[in-house]
Amino acid sequence: MDVLFQVFRMDSGRRRHLSPGDELASGPQALDTRWVTIVELRDISVQIGATLVLDGIDLSVPAGTRLGVIGPNGAGKTTLLGVVSTLLTPTRGNGVVLGARLGAEQETRRVRPLIAASGHEPALYDDLTLDENLRHVAVLAGLAADDARAALGAVGLGAAADRRASHCSNGMRRRADLARLWMCRPRLVLLDEAHAGLDSDAVAIVDAITDRAVSDGGAAIMVSHDSTLLGGRVDRLVAIRDGRITP
Amino acid sequence: MSFWRQAGEFARRDLIAERRANEIVAIVVPFGAVALMTLPLALGIDSAVIARVGPAMFWVVTLLFAMQIALRHSAGDAPTHRRMISLLGVDPLARLAGRTVASSILLVAFMTVMFPLMVLFYNPELPPLWPLALIPAVLAAIGLAEIGTLAAEVTAGLRARSTLAPLLVAPLAIPLLIGGSQAMESLSRGGGILPWVLLVTATDLALAVTAAVIARPLEEASR
Repeated sequence: MDVLFQVFRMDSGRRRHLSPGDELASGPQALDTRWVTIVELRDISVQIGATLVLDGIDLSVPAGTRLGVIGPNGAGKTTLLGVVSTLLTPTRGNGVVLGARLGAEQETRRVRPLIAASGHEPALYDDLTLDENLRHVAVLAGLAADDARAALGAVGLGAAADRRASHCSNGMRRRADLARLWMCRPRLVLLDEAHAGLDSDAVAIVDAITDRAVSDGGAAIMVSHDSTLLGGRVDRLVAIRDGRITP
Repeated sequence: MSFWRQAGEFARRDLIAERRANEIVAIVVPFGAVALMTLPLALGIDSAVIARVGPAMFWVVTLLFAMQIALRHSAGDAPTHRRMISLLGVDPLARLAGRTVASSILLVAFMTVMFPLMVLFYNPELPPLWPLALIPAVLAAIGLAEIGTLAAEVTAGLRARSTLAPLLVAPLAIPLLIGGSQAMESLSRGGGILPWVLLVTATDLALAVTAAVIARPLEEASR
């Protein structure tokens, strides 16, 4: 069997190999599965126009891992996160994320609710209050609407919950975006330059989110152009340059 | 989570955003009123001609502002929002349905303000059964909202979207314009509205089927 698909599953204490498509198409139980290998990429390339943004990426992220990816601007970090999020289909190569094969739309659609991403640009609607923004996400994610206010409280924005996103500082907006990740409790956390420009309290929130994903049996992937921002926060650090993972 | 719950949530979000931004009341309605008022002034004192073109002008103004409403809604969707929604596992058709519901509500509200203004400025001869024309009018509003939503989705992220979207909307809206305006005309001549209601309903359904077919490919293309 292709090494790529030798993904283990821990189910009620049992472990077994998983074959391509095995049980994944059979129902939402895949969402309750504890994956031992969260991300497995083999020879992944992404070409956008004439530019080869990712070039033969091999990457394995076991459960319980905080992976740091560092690289200069334009190295392909954000594109890599796009592939891992399953929203960007690679031009070449194979991959499995949370048991779903990349490019297999039915499978990836099923695992997407287990993935959450946050970048430098918070995914907030300016005309809505912070509470309304999170309620919107909570309802769409099938959570209780009241979870929104609790999540805002958890990141220290309880008092600003009724403030419009457009009237909040960038730091508050970033925190509100982190509150979304806290509320959704994803199995796979993807952070794109998430530490940049945050104060120490907000960095502690990021740490809490990644810690919880890891303790839930998931993983976190953090990309940054600055390795000092990830220092001490990751279990493994890889570098990316010109679309390639470098030693 | 049910399709309709998701759709309802998107409609709710769009309506809240609209209430806050207040663009319909503060910008679109005054512009519509001015557009309606300008033509009688340009036509001069020929009151018979003014009365005759009034309902047609109402529909032209409604079409133009339907596009404005739909494009304004989708303008607030940044790529980060789209990625977030995709990761939440939301049915793309639910998003389009919710957006269409919100646009329909706003468009009906817009028409509710514009119709009395049209009567005031143009003084058309309304048939006794004119309220029956509300049926195709509401159905046409839904159709226009569907077209606007689809056009906004198809052109999302394009630099030329402000130019492209109206070009897409105009030809698709023709049956709705004909159905909506001819229903009133038919009532004036003592005829019925059923053929026009059927025309508008068939158009609405065809648009809904189109949306169902292309919602997911559109979502995948826009990531």
